[in-house]
Amino acid sequence: MEVIVIESTPKTPSIKFDSKAGKLEIKGRSIPENSVEFYKPLVESLERYASSPATPTQVDIQLEYFNTASSKCILDVLKRLETIHRGGNQVIINWYYEEDDEDMREAGEDYQAIVNLTFNMQQVELD
Amino acid sequence: MDIHDFYDKMDRNNILLSFKGDITAELLTSILQIIESKMDNMQEEPKLRKKVYIVLVELLQNLYHHMDDPSLEEASGEMARTAIFMIGKENNHYNVITGNYIKNDRVPILKKKMDEINSLSPEEVKEYYKRTLNNGQISEKGGGGLGMIDIARRTGKPLFYDFAPINENFSFFTLNVVIEQ
Repeated sequence: MEVIVIESTPKTPSIKFDSKAGKLEIKGRSIPENSVEFYKPLVESLERYASSPATPTQVDIQLEYFNTASSKCILDVLKRLETIHRGGNQVIINWYYEEDDEDMREAGEDYQAIVNLTFNMQQVELD
Repeated sequence: MDIHDFYDKMDRNNILLSFKGDITAELLTSILQIIESKMDNMQEEPKLRKKVYIVLVELLQNLYHHMDDPSLEEASGEMARTAIFMIGKENNHYNVITGNYIKNDRVPILKKKMDEINSLSPEEVKEYYKRTLNNGQISEKGGGGLGMIDIARRTGKPLFYDFAPINENFSFFTLNVVIEQ
């Protein structure tokens, strides 16, 4: 069983992954210069997790901003989750976006169109 | 150098911040923080604030990654390492301008890419983005060539660019991005 806890920074989101509970949370800003390096531990952990996932796997993604370099990495994470889903294990994706943030809502819809996973679009109020 | 003239020019163009020099990760962080707090003080609408911020991130990171392009090492130190960046606000729109040296052999590729983006309707740009996100390979820097498409997608405006020939090896590439409400 694996647990990943990464605190947020001005350029990177917080990541919490508990493989036993089947819970993953990504929250904050994702604008690092080197996004591949940042997301690598999570992607690798999800690869291992795919062999014996919890049911269901609940994923909460609440991003304020992300750069295009991160958008590829987020897709990579979602593709790992899609594999788990394809293996017959339920995966729930909650995609949070701030009210009026059409770009972030559309980003969720774009991902939903690419990967075969159902997204629950959740609008959150501005602070 | 006439500093007052320089001041006047910046003032006339409503420059909020400008920088010329080495582009480092620390610098990017500082610029983003400064602009964020300026927009906060100006009580800019959250929507526009986000748009400006994320476009800045893409433009600055383009410059940053461009700096470690190995082909630039052949250039003299100044040409390889430095870039210029400016952000200004006129009436209701922001102008972000970047400038950097680029190898002449890169010019047609970049020009073709921007012309292609500029020829598309907003809907087509969105489709192009989605297609590139799904099919494009992640480069080592993580970019995957999405930056320019994303900027056009978010601003809904053409990418205004210029390539000024410098010598047989280099040109100076200027990009002007307009961000409106």
